[in-house]
Amino acid sequence: MAVAKKEQELIVSVSPHIRSEESTSRIMWTVTLSLLPAFAMAVYYFGPRAVYVTALCIVGSLFSEWLVQRMAGKEITIKDGSAFLTGVLLGLNMPSSVPFYIPLVASFVAVAITKQLFGGLGYNIFNPALIGRAFALITWPRAMTTWFTPTAAFMGMDATTTATPLGIMKEEGVQKLLEVFGDKMTLYTKLLIGYRAGSLGETSVIALLIGAAFLLYKRYISWHIPVSFLATVGVLTWIFGGKEGLFTGDPIVHLLSGGLMLGAWFMATDYVTCPSVKKGQIIFGIGCGFLTALIRLKAGYPEGVMFAILLMNCFTPLIDRNLKSRVFGARKEAGK
Amino acid sequence: MALLTFKGGVHPPDHKELSAGSPIKELEPPEQAVIPLSQHIGAPCSPAVEIGQEVRKGQLIGEPGGFVSAAVHASVSGKVVAMKDILNPMGRMVRSVVVQNDKKEEWAPLQDNPDYMKLSPDELKEKIKNAGIVGMGGATFPTHVKLSPPKEKPIDVVIINGAECEPYLTADHRLMVESPGEVLEGLKILMKVLGVNKGYVGIENNKPDAIEKMREAASSEPHIEIVALEVKYPQGAEKMLIKAITDREVPAGGLPMDVGVVVQNVGTAFAVYEACRYGKPLIERVVTVTGHGIANPSNFRARIGTPIRELIDAAGGFTQDAVKVVLGGPMMGFAVSDLEIPVTKGTSGVLVLSKSEYAPAEKFGPCIRCGRCIDACPMGLMPSMLSILSEKGFYEDTKEYNIFDCFECGTCTYVCPAKRPIVQLIRLAKMLVKR
Ligand code: SF4
Ligand code: SF4
Repeated sequence: MAVAKKEQELIVSVSPHIRSEESTSRIMWTVTLSLLPAFAMAVYYFGPRAVYVTALCIVGSLFSEWLVQRMAGKEITIKDGSAFLTGVLLGLNMPSSVPFYIPLVASFVAVAITKQLFGGLGYNIFNPALIGRAFALITWPRAMTTWFTPTAAFMGMDATTTATPLGIMKEEGVQKLLEVFGDKMTLYTKLLIGYRAGSLGETSVIALLIGAAFLLYKRYISWHIPVSFLATVGVLTWIFGGKEGLFTGDPIVHLLSGGLMLGAWFMATDYVTCPSVKKGQIIFGIGCGFLTALIRLKAGYPEGVMFAILLMNCFTPLIDRNLKSRVFGARKEAGK
Repeated sequence: MALLTFKGGVHPPDHKELSAGSPIKELEPPEQAVIPLSQHIGAPCSPAVEIGQEVRKGQLIGEPGGFVSAAVHASVSGKVVAMKDILNPMGRMVRSVVVQNDKKEEWAPLQDNPDYMKLSPDELKEKIKNAGIVGMGGATFPTHVKLSPPKEKPIDVVIINGAECEPYLTADHRLMVESPGEVLEGLKILMKVLGVNKGYVGIENNKPDAIEKMREAASSEPHIEIVALEVKYPQGAEKMLIKAITDREVPAGGLPMDVGVVVQNVGTAFAVYEACRYGKPLIERVVTVTGHGIANPSNFRARIGTPIRELIDAAGGFTQDAVKVVLGGPMMGFAVSDLEIPVTKGTSGVLVLSKSEYAPAEKFGPCIRCGRCIDACPMGLMPSMLSILSEKGFYEDTKEYNIFDCFECGTCTYVCPAKRPIVQLIRLAKMLVKR
């Protein structure tokens, strides 16, 4: 049906006149969704406490965002999903047994300080969830490294604390780890499905990979950072990780343990704090991998993923400035 | 064969289906043709007629204002009733000649040339120049200027741009399907003028019928190749097209002739043929009238100077939820609110967007550094940085990020999840930065 239109009703704005469907909040909520398998496994292994701890982190994050924006008189953006996502990530990075105030304080540090005080979404240098966790780890080292075996946690037998596989490996070597788990195959399988001590969301490699595959498929992340990160850890732990000399390490145990999968696929790929040009992302991933291996093999902590990513976050602006994308038609020498 | 393409780009829904099947219809010539004296890049024309004068169809009414300029002709026969300034879609005032149509359709004397291929390159070029032909894809750069490269830039390839990568538009598509022979002859003329013996027609793969028709027509032309291109915006941008077809990269800040290539649009090739064969000046063109805000999306052959209101009416008028009228495609076209604006040589389409297609863009968020714009920018720029620097007022620093290589294709803005007005910020910085 033809309709008479008054010219005044027509909208005039500049091109482009169409926009893609993608939006910031859609990205945030989709990434949150991709963590659902890991969260489900956390609940399966660690029971109601997984829900409790994660919920505290989410509430803390949302409240912190609201509070700072409110006080600064800025627009409240808690619905865009980014604070929610930070809360989820932080929750998945907590041991199941932490007392209630740790998630709350950590999420305040993450969202209010690391993110909002640096200018809010897009301007923070460090990954908020990781700073939150680092703060908690330094402030409450005991509580943040008290691990329960999955079943024990589920049954509420809070006496049965245990060390993480990386912790055992660090203290007593790979041999001890095999003793604890039985044989090599059992070890690998349990690491893969996540039947081990660790932070809530980091244990089930399978669940994390499902989420990662989903994000890759949706093109929300690209392979550059995770693959260069994981490959570097794999190669370095293989070469230097063994007690019997070079090339005797067990890279598989290293790849499947600790927070590596969670970190490489979901934390190092945080848009805001990683380089945005692909070349730079590979450098970033290699740097993360190198630092992770260095800390795991040579430093006092059994796990190094968190500090590795945070350290590389510092280099992101530098990497971005020096590795610009290649301009079309730039002469070869000039096209840095 | 693998489809040729370039690095970067985006795939917006193309909605070509709305009008791709609609054959080109002759549009009733307007009662009054309002013919701007500047429809091209370069110096405006000076009027060659006076008020009250009778003119015939095809008669010169605007004398080119220099070498980089293009003659303007009457598109209807009748009487010059006024000279007035009208606002063009880009918001500039242009002097225009208003011709009252006497409906006699009397042609100015045209020079028929059945043997046009026997003419010398210079004679052919003269005919193209006299016909007032410009780049009809929207750039409107005078064609004879492109055909006069300086001696030190030898040309060895001519490409006809049939990519039509802007979503919705189907004018070139229909022209290739309905008049493949003429388009091809136009290409041969262009090759002869430039003394080139390699010609290509690049067509996006979403127009299989056009590819087939053009291939049929070119089957006995050993020097001409019809190439299928990946469907991706902005495949039809000159530099991207050249890269896809010849794998040559126009240097930053350079022109296609720097790599020995001249690109012309399908509509231009058709006009070149008509000019050389029949001596016909450019007084009409194919215009796609489409979008979900139009009742019956169509392709018309419309006279230059026809108010777009008449095209919209001929296509069944607006639908209930039409909200925006764009001249050109959705990625680079200009939104207008004045429906008396006339069709000009560069008007490839009248796109009417409905409420559901139109993306309000008043609200935008901070850059989340997702890198989508960087991956998509066909020029390999960092639109995110450009937009942030411009937003903060650091205009000078945008030069470090090669702002002048941006040709404002809008790809970055299309993909940005934060809905940032990136090209708008880039345009602003370009204006304020000292070159
Ligand atoms: S508008 Fe400019 S910066 Fe944006 S994608 Fe196109 S060329 Fe790149
Ligand atoms: S697409 Fe938008 S949000 Fe993403 S990096 Fe570019 S400007 Fe930033």
